[in-house]
Amino acid sequence: MSVFYFIAFLSILFSLLVIFAKNPVHSVLYLIITFFTFTIHYIILNAQFLAVVNFIVYMGAILVLFLFVLMMLNLNKDTEPTKSIYVKLAGIIGGGVLLVTLVGAIKLTAKSNPVVLRDVNLGSVQNLGKVLFNEFLLPFEVSSILLLSAMVGAVLLATKEGKPKATTV
Amino acid sequence: MESFFETVKVVPLNHYILLSAIIFSIGVIGVLIRRNAIVVFMSVELMLNAVNLLLTVFSVYGNDPNGQVFVFFIMALAAAEIAIGLAIIVMIHRNTNSIDVDILNRLKW
Repeated sequence: MSVFYFIAFLSILFSLLVIFAKNPVHSVLYLIITFFTFTIHYIILNAQFLAVVNFIVYMGAILVLFLFVLMMLNLNKDTEPTKSIYVKLAGIIGGGVLLVTLVGAIKLTAKSNPVVLRDVNLGSVQNLGKVLFNEFLLPFEVSSILLLSAMVGAVLLATKEGKPKATTV
Repeated sequence: MESFFETVKVVPLNHYILLSAIIFSIGVIGVLIRRNAIVVFMSVELMLNAVNLLLTVFSVYGNDPNGQVFVFFIMALAAAEIAIGLAIIVMIHRNTNSIDVDILNRLKW
């Protein structure tokens, strides 16, 4: 029981550090730790497939992409733009109001039952693979087309065009 | 191994929803207070992950594997979104030498 609360505390702490760190590189590193705590949450819930996919896709691919772009654009603390304190205060109040609304809405509901893992094989690769390739075969194939088109689009956008950019103005 | 999963049996569903709501709100605050476009993107990732965790918890709570399949699809979508978004940010940085989101106020009507 205390494992969950400890990991939840770490998730909240490191996600706060992500948005309040001045240096963007530090933000990426804190985000990696945050996603690691999410992986631990998945393991506690016995969602083995999601834990592995979260580890590989988010921590391995997406955050390396973030770090790569940060390094390529040569961004650091000196180039970091600063917002005025009033805009920051307004943002924090807006997000806090959203949180209070969500918590109030949860409080209205009845007392909840504990989360019980009824089937140990629920999140296993075998079980999810059966669901994925029977009921969700078409969305799975469509998502492959989505990833392919995203890759082509990213390459098209990021390559320098040789032509003068008079047409883009 | 079995005893490790016993820990989850005493955590109420409300606490998981609360954790996801807190992380989601932190993501919203990050989008609102940061001007660096890449950090704004990372806050969006935080929001996506909060929803992913909540979907997984509901999937375990309702003993239904479909929720975890949807988390898988959200991860694929996030990967595609990040690839396109970072390419757009690189292009903006090449044209304006800045990734300050307030510079992009030409996108207002």
